[in-house]
Amino acid sequence: MAKEYETVIGLEVHVELATKTKIFCGCATEFGGEPNTHTCPVCTGMPGSLPVLNKQVLEYAIAVGLATNCDITRYGKFDRKNYFYPDNPQNYQISQLYLPICRNGGVEIETKEGGKKIVGIHEIHMEEDAGKLIHDEWEDCSLVDYNRSGVPLIEIVSEPDMRSAEEVIAYLEKLRLIIQYLGASDCKLQEGSMRADVNLSVREAGAEAFGTRTEMKNLNSFKAITRAIEGERERQIDLIEEGKEVVQETRRWDDTKGESYAMRSKEDAQDYRYFPDPDLVPIVVSDEMLDEIRAKQPEFRTEKMLRYKEEYGIPDYDIEIITGTKHMADIFEETVAICNQPKKVSNWLMGETMRLIKEKEVDAEDLRFSPENLARLIALVDTNVINGSVAKEVFEVMFDSDIDPEKYVEEHGLKTVNDEGALRKTIEDVIANNPQSVEDYHNGKEKAIGFLVGQTMKAMKGKADPGMVNKILKELL
Amino acid sequence: MSLLDMTAVELAAAIKDGKTTAVAALNEVLAQIDAKEDTYHCYVTIDKDAALKQAESVQAEIEAGKLTGPLAGVPVAIKDNMCIKGMLTTCSSKILENFIPTYSAEAVINLQKAGAVIIGKTNMDEFAMGSTTETSAFGVTRNPWNPEHVPGGSSGGSAAAVAAGECFYALGSDTGGSIRQPASFCGVVGMKPTYGLVSRYGLIAYGSSLDQIGPMAKDVTDCAAILNAITSHDEKDSTSVSCQDADFMEALNDDVKGMRIGIPNDYFGEGLDGEVKEAILRASKVLEEKGAIVEQFDLSLVDYAIPTYYTIAAAEASSNLERFDGIKYGYRTQDFKGLHNMYKKTRSEGFGEEVKRRIMLGSFVLSSGYYDAYYLKALKVKALIKKAFDEAFEKYDIILGPVAPTTAPKLGSSLADPIKMYLGDIYTIAVNLAGLPGISLPCGKDKAGLPIGLQLIGNCFEEKKLIRAAYTYEKARGEFPMAVKEVC
Repeated sequence: MAKEYETVIGLEVHVELATKTKIFCGCATEFGGEPNTHTCPVCTGMPGSLPVLNKQVLEYAIAVGLATNCDITRYGKFDRKNYFYPDNPQNYQISQLYLPICRNGGVEIETKEGGKKIVGIHEIHMEEDAGKLIHDEWEDCSLVDYNRSGVPLIEIVSEPDMRSAEEVIAYLEKLRLIIQYLGASDCKLQEGSMRADVNLSVREAGAEAFGTRTEMKNLNSFKAITRAIEGERERQIDLIEEGKEVVQETRRWDDTKGESYAMRSKEDAQDYRYFPDPDLVPIVVSDEMLDEIRAKQPEFRTEKMLRYKEEYGIPDYDIEIITGTKHMADIFEETVAICNQPKKVSNWLMGETMRLIKEKEVDAEDLRFSPENLARLIALVDTNVINGSVAKEVFEVMFDSDIDPEKYVEEHGLKTVNDEGALRKTIEDVIANNPQSVEDYHNGKEKAIGFLVGQTMKAMKGKADPGMVNKILKELL
Repeated sequence: MSLLDMTAVELAAAIKDGKTTAVAALNEVLAQIDAKEDTYHCYVTIDKDAALKQAESVQAEIEAGKLTGPLAGVPVAIKDNMCIKGMLTTCSSKILENFIPTYSAEAVINLQKAGAVIIGKTNMDEFAMGSTTETSAFGVTRNPWNPEHVPGGSSGGSAAAVAAGECFYALGSDTGGSIRQPASFCGVVGMKPTYGLVSRYGLIAYGSSLDQIGPMAKDVTDCAAILNAITSHDEKDSTSVSCQDADFMEALNDDVKGMRIGIPNDYFGEGLDGEVKEAILRASKVLEEKGAIVEQFDLSLVDYAIPTYYTIAAAEASSNLERFDGIKYGYRTQDFKGLHNMYKKTRSEGFGEEVKRRIMLGSFVLSSGYYDAYYLKALKVKALIKKAFDEAFEKYDIILGPVAPTTAPKLGSSLADPIKMYLGDIYTIAVNLAGLPGISLPCGKDKAGLPIGLQLIGNCFEEKKLIRAAYTYEKARGEFPMAVKEVC
């Protein structure tokens, strides 16, 4: 019988911080722009230029550290990691090796079995991102764009505490939520503002010692991470079963092929010659600074969930979904602040919003409609200016392009017709044109009235008040 | 009196008084350059047209009363490791033979605000690595006191230009003595300020934790005026310090009564030339006669300064010089196969021997497995050296000693034995390791007629005491002729 194996996983997660300017200069971090337009002597490695730490980077890193129960390093330093590559204009990356800003933390995740476990955080350090190389096959040359050079990153290094893809995803979702709640990053895997490298080894169940691990790169979605973990676990088990050895190496995942290949092994690992960067002064975190950051920490999900229950009285399930992303929770709170109808706001988010998120494959973080417009839409329904089905139509337009529902209803003539005379005339026509249904109704087929209501709404292009249609129909029949 | 005999401050006053103009002064300097540059080769780049334009606009501003400072209208030379927007900046290296910066160093901008007229960029040891200006990729600079001798280094071009009257003053940079030692060899005054006083932004780094820009001039008064102009708290340099009490000209007082001066016994050991020793002790007597209390003491740790310095400076240099790779600017090799071959060939062809030696030394001491034994240990010794100075400054206001063990050696006699050359830095290096200010000023000549330099060292940010002591000595010593007058 085949042996049983346990997978041991640790993650290195890079998160791009949402600062307006780069980590060591005043250039914009804004995504896009013509190549080399968000650059200066510092982030292009010009001779004589010097780095100056953006304080916001330090504050975000500390805030993430506090939220993940880390010890904050009170006297820290930046170190240079030396390696030659054209995307790195100085040929060294400013990072932290010896005294990273945060250490010894951890977050709690829920396991598949419904239990809870802590995933330890070994350290969090600050560093700068590299530029981007563009290979021009036509001209047979490579070009470099330094717009991204110097964009601030934090790297969150976990302990090897995870045992399955599910736990990895739970850990990543937890981290993402914490960082989003802090506003420190939008954490989008597809766009690269959150990147995870997976360190994985397998060992026989019950064994004490770790197996040889590999590091997997190029994982751009939760699905890719899951597939890569499963693929790598199998690859390593196969090697062991065949009596071969797992080689310590860095591998690149190809998600379309569903397989990985070796990038470099430990033997050709570079000596980065780390040493403290003499151009930057030591990072001293004062009590005052720490207190200030602590005081500014936002309400996190657990606290938010409790408050929603008390303050808004909406169902637990709704709370779970709404607080699942910071953006959705913000929309909820801001809309309720305007219209003071938590249940109705929650219904829009739980119903139509979730439906459209699925249908259009949109990330909840990217919801575009504003709380103001959602509140307006709710008011339009409350005051019977439009009916429910028209409201859903309008909401879909809002979902795509955040239009003002009042204007939209006005411009597209979607107001409910409340003129009883006009309605009565339409219903008389519907009755005259559908004698069979009328007969069915009189013969006791209650369902037939539904058909007649539908015909009336169709004739009114959906703009009739369904209550009124029902009432008049019954009266005329 | 020729304009060239004037100090920078005297010239600025004459321009202000309408006795001469910035343009006339520049023309005088350019004529001197035409006459002497072929012999001394102080400059890598001279931009006459740009200098003339600046002189004209500065003159107009002086006449309009907009520029009134003590350096307004005075022509200056800048060491070729400080960036000037639009002007070739090479660090005397082939690898930057075509590099034109897109921005100017903060110290240069500060001088321009003070009405400086920039003549050009002075020759230096390649990337400031050397003590003779012989490691320059663009030829050696000769000592104006005797062209068979080196001007010292690495700011040899700046020192020689001041001595030869090819400028009125210059900026140099000092990582292990690179301002003070050439000032000593060329008979001019050179000052290395406290680390952090002058912004390093735009200074192409050699050893970042040791580099400091400073003045090189004809006398102590000029040094104080230049230091006033270049001192600034620069937010672009994290190591730049805000100095509240930065009017150094206030310290130009002929008074050292009660000043405690310590002479380290360690500075008078083996290797010190007899004539240099005599001149230094004579200078200490002069200060004593002026009312200073002079004592000898043991500084200790001096023997460790050189290995500590060469470990730290080389480590930092190995990393600082990584950016010169042929990708973004500067020299790129002609024929190559692939990226790594391009890097190797570009750097092998672009850097000179001494630079490559220090890059290798620095890479070695940072390598995994050696870091603790060399680099980390050097940092610990650096801290001990700082502590030794701290203790000395509890007892003394000023430390006095020689700048270098000998006067300027002959051209071609130093590079063959790098270790011997490194040992020549023994009296200047500890000052950089401890971040202290130091000044070198002429205190005599040897039998061959070559200048001898006196070094005064102050505590951190006590430039004023240092200037007061140096000024007092200079007054008592009497005029020290410029090479331009004596020899040329």
